[in-house]
Amino acid sequence: MSSLILPAILGGLTTGAIYALIALGLTLIYGVLHIINFAHGSLLMLALYGVYFLHLFFGLDPYLAIPIVVPLFFLLGYGIQRGIIAPFSGGKEQNVLLVTLALSMIIDNLALYFWTSNTRTISLPYAYEMVEIGPAFIPLPRVIAFFASMLCALILWLVISRTRIGKAIRAVAVERRGAELVGIDVQNTYAVCFGIGTACVAVAACLLIPTFYVTPQVGYAFVLIAFTTVVLGGMGSFLGALVSGLLLGVIEALCGLFLGESLGQIGIFLAFILILLFRPSGLFGRRAA
Amino acid sequence: MLTVENVTKRYGGLVAVNDASLKVQEGRIVALIGPNGAGKTTLFAMIGGFVRPDMGEIRFRDQDITGHAPHAICRLGLTRTFQIVQPFAGLSVLENIAVGAHLRHKSRADALERAAMIGEQVGMGRMLEQSAQSLTVAGRKRLELARALATEAKLLLLDEVMAGLIPSEIVEIVATIRKIRDSGVTILLIEHVMQAVMSLSEEAYVLNQGRMIAHGTPQQLVADPTVIEAYLGHGAADRLQQEGAHA
Amino acid sequence: MKHTSLGEWLLYGAICAYLLLIYLLPSQAWLGFTINALIVTILSVAWNLLGGFGGQMSFGHAALFGTGAYVTAILQVKLGVNPWLAAGLAVVAATLVAGFIGALSFRYGLRGSYFALVTLAFAEVLRILASSFAFTGGGQGILVPYKAGLANFQFADRITTYTLVLVMVAVAMLITVAVQRSRFGAYLIAIRENEEAAKALGIDTFRTKVLAMMLSGAIGGAAGVAYLQTYLFIDAPIAYGSTMSIEALLGPIIGGAGTIWGPVVGTLSLHLLGEGAKHLVSGAPGLNLVLYGVLLLVILRYLPDGIVGFARGIGRTGQAAAVSVKEAQ
Repeated sequence: MSSLILPAILGGLTTGAIYALIALGLTLIYGVLHIINFAHGSLLMLALYGVYFLHLFFGLDPYLAIPIVVPLFFLLGYGIQRGIIAPFSGGKEQNVLLVTLALSMIIDNLALYFWTSNTRTISLPYAYEMVEIGPAFIPLPRVIAFFASMLCALILWLVISRTRIGKAIRAVAVERRGAELVGIDVQNTYAVCFGIGTACVAVAACLLIPTFYVTPQVGYAFVLIAFTTVVLGGMGSFLGALVSGLLLGVIEALCGLFLGESLGQIGIFLAFILILLFRPSGLFGRRAA
Repeated sequence: MLTVENVTKRYGGLVAVNDASLKVQEGRIVALIGPNGAGKTTLFAMIGGFVRPDMGEIRFRDQDITGHAPHAICRLGLTRTFQIVQPFAGLSVLENIAVGAHLRHKSRADALERAAMIGEQVGMGRMLEQSAQSLTVAGRKRLELARALATEAKLLLLDEVMAGLIPSEIVEIVATIRKIRDSGVTILLIEHVMQAVMSLSEEAYVLNQGRMIAHGTPQQLVADPTVIEAYLGHGAADRLQQEGAHA
Repeated sequence: MKHTSLGEWLLYGAICAYLLLIYLLPSQAWLGFTINALIVTILSVAWNLLGGFGGQMSFGHAALFGTGAYVTAILQVKLGVNPWLAAGLAVVAATLVAGFIGALSFRYGLRGSYFALVTLAFAEVLRILASSFAFTGGGQGILVPYKAGLANFQFADRITTYTLVLVMVAVAMLITVAVQRSRFGAYLIAIRENEEAAKALGIDTFRTKVLAMMLSGAIGGAAGVAYLQTYLFIDAPIAYGSTMSIEALLGPIIGGAGTIWGPVVGTLSLHLLGEGAKHLVSGAPGLNLVLYGVLLLVILRYLPDGIVGFARGIGRTGQAAAVSVKEAQ
C-alpha cells in the first residue's frame, strides 16, 4: 500500500493544479466583485465543449486551442457580467447567487439539449505517454497540466501586481467607492475580472480535455470543488487558492486510495464543511467581518 | 441597578475601553458623554452583550451578566438601542414594535395590542401602519426607542437617539424620555446634544480615549477643566479661563 | 393588516379550481404530473419557512427530502418496519438531520452565501454516501415492493395518492399560517429583516433559526416520504441531487418568498410551464430547466416579490391603494 501513496500524491498534485487554476478564476471574481459565481462550472463545461469541437472539426490540438478559446472566453465572461449579472441582480448579494444559479441552469440544460448527455472524449497520440517521476508514472498531459497551471498562476499574479488594470482591480477590491472617486471605471473593472476568471476556466479546459471527458453535467462537480478550494484558501486569496487546490487534489487522491474510488470526493466535501464551520476565513484569508 | 467595574476592551493594539467603571441607580437618567471615538458605543455593546469585555465585570440587578448573550441580557430587563438605527425595514411600525412586545407577550394579539399602546406613548400613533422604511430620521429614532421600550425593560440603554434631529424634534423626544423614566424605567444614554444632556440627566460620566475621566452632575462637568480639555484639546481650559478674565 | 387583493383572490382561486378540476377530469397523465408537482410543492413550502420567512437561503434542501425518502425505504425494505411507522420515523430523521446541519452552521454564524454553500455541501456528502453503501442500495437505489393497500401506505388508484399529497400540501400551508401568526414567526421574520436588532430585543436568534430549520426538515422529510410512497423507488441522484435542492428554492422565489401561497403558486407555475415546453418541443430533456432559469432571471429583475407580490398589486381596495401611495413617498 505504501508504494501506492507517493504515486497517489503526485497524481493528486496534477489534478490539484487544475483545481487551483479553476479556483483562481473564482477567487478573483469573489475577491473583487464579492459574488459567488455559481455558473463558473458551467463556463468550464462550455470551454470543454469548445475545445472538443475545435479538435473534432478542425483537428486542432487542445494545447494549440489555448490562443483561440482564452480570448473568446474572456469576452464571454466580460459580456456575462455587464449584460446579465449586473443588470439582473440589482446589486444584492443573494440575488447575484440566484442570477448565477439561473445562468448555470440555462447553460447546462441548453448543452444537454444540443449535445445530449453522451460522454465525449478525444484521443490524442500522446495521451498515454508516461513520464517517470520517482516511483510514479504520470501521463504526459497531466504533467503538462501541472506546469501550465503553475505558469498561468504566475502570469495572473504578474498581471494583478504589475499592470495598470491589475492596479485598478486591486483598488476596486479594497475600496470600491474610493476607486470610483479617483476615476476608475468600476463596472468595467468588474467585467474585466469576470472575463479573466472565465479565461482561467478556458485554460483549464484545454489542459483537462486530453485526459478527461465532457458531458453537460461536468461543470457541477467542478464548481463544488472550486468553491471548496476558494473557501479553504480564504475567499479572495490568490496564494490560498493555489495551495488549497493542490491540497484538495492530494486529499481526493488519498481518499480514493484508502476509501475506494467512489468515496474519493467525500474528503473534499468534508474538508469544505469543516473549513466553513471552523475557519470560514480559510487558511490564508483575513478574518471576515 | 447597573454596575460596570474596571471593564477593558482591546482591538488588536487599540484599547477601545480602558478600565472603565460606572454605576447607574434605579430611577435615574444617567448620561454617558465624551468626544467621538471615546469608546462609548463599545461600552454599550459590552453592557448589552454584543461584545465580550477582555477584563472587568458587569452586574445588572445584582447578577453578573459579563459575557452573557444579548438576548439573555434583554430578558433580564436591559435593552439597548443602536446609534445607527436598525429597523426591520420590510415591516410596519406596529409590527416592528410588536417584535419587542413579544418578549413578554406570547400571543400575537396581545403583542400587537401592547405595541399599539407603546406606539401611542412615544407619539407614533398615526404612523403605526406605515412601513419602517418610509420613516424620517426622527421617526426611525423614535421607533428604535419604542421597540426597546416594548420589551418592558427596567433599564434602557439609549445610543444617541437625538443625533440628526432638529431642535423641535429634540424637545419632543426629551419629553418622551422623561415620561418613560417617570413610568419607572431607568435610563442610561449616550448623547452629543449637550442641551439635552443638561436638561435631561441628573448625573453624567465622561469617557475619553477609553478612560472614564469624570463623573458628576452635568453642571459640574461643564465647568471641569479635564472635561473641557477632552473636548477642545490640551490647554483649552486655561485659554478659556484667560479669555474669561480678560472679558 | 394586509388585505387580500382582487388579484390574489383570482390567483388562488385559479389554483384551487385547477386542483379540484383534477377530480372531475381524472386524466392519468395530468394526475401523474400534478402529483409530482405537489410533492415538490411540499418541499418548497418547507424551504419557504426557513428561506422565505427566516431569510436563511438553503441550497441543499435535498438533504432533508432525501433523508425522508431513504429512511422510509430502508426501514421498510431492509428492516421490515410497518410503512406508516417508517414514514413517521423518516420525518423524525429528517428533522434531526436538519437540526444537526442548522446547529452546526448557525453556531458558527454562517449567513448568506456561506450558509447556501454549506447546505449544498451537506447534501452532496449525503449523495456520495448514499451511492456508496450497500445499506442504501448503492448505485442501484432501493425499490419498494408493490403491495397496494392502506396498511402498506400504497394506493392502487392514483386519485387516492393525489388526495393524500394534496392534503399534505394543505397541512404544510396551515403550518406556515400558524407560524406566521405566532411569536415564533414574528421572531423569524425579525431575524430575516435585521439579525442584530432581533438579538437586542431579546430574541435567541440561534435557537429560532435552528427550530425553523428543524420544522423545515420535518416538512421536507414528509415530502421525501410522499415521493417514496408514490414512486416506490429512490436513488442517490433523485434523493440528494442538486435538482431537488434547486426546485425547492425556485418555487418560493418565483411565487413569492415569505408568503403563504408563494411556494404553491411558484412550483405549480414552473411545472405547468415545463410541461407545456415539453409538449411544444417533444420530450427534449432539460428544456424545462432552461425555461426555469430564464423565468428566475426575469422574476429577479422585474418582480422582486414574485408572482404573489405582483398579484397583490392588482385590484387593491381604495384604502389599501392609498396606503401604498403613502408608503411609496
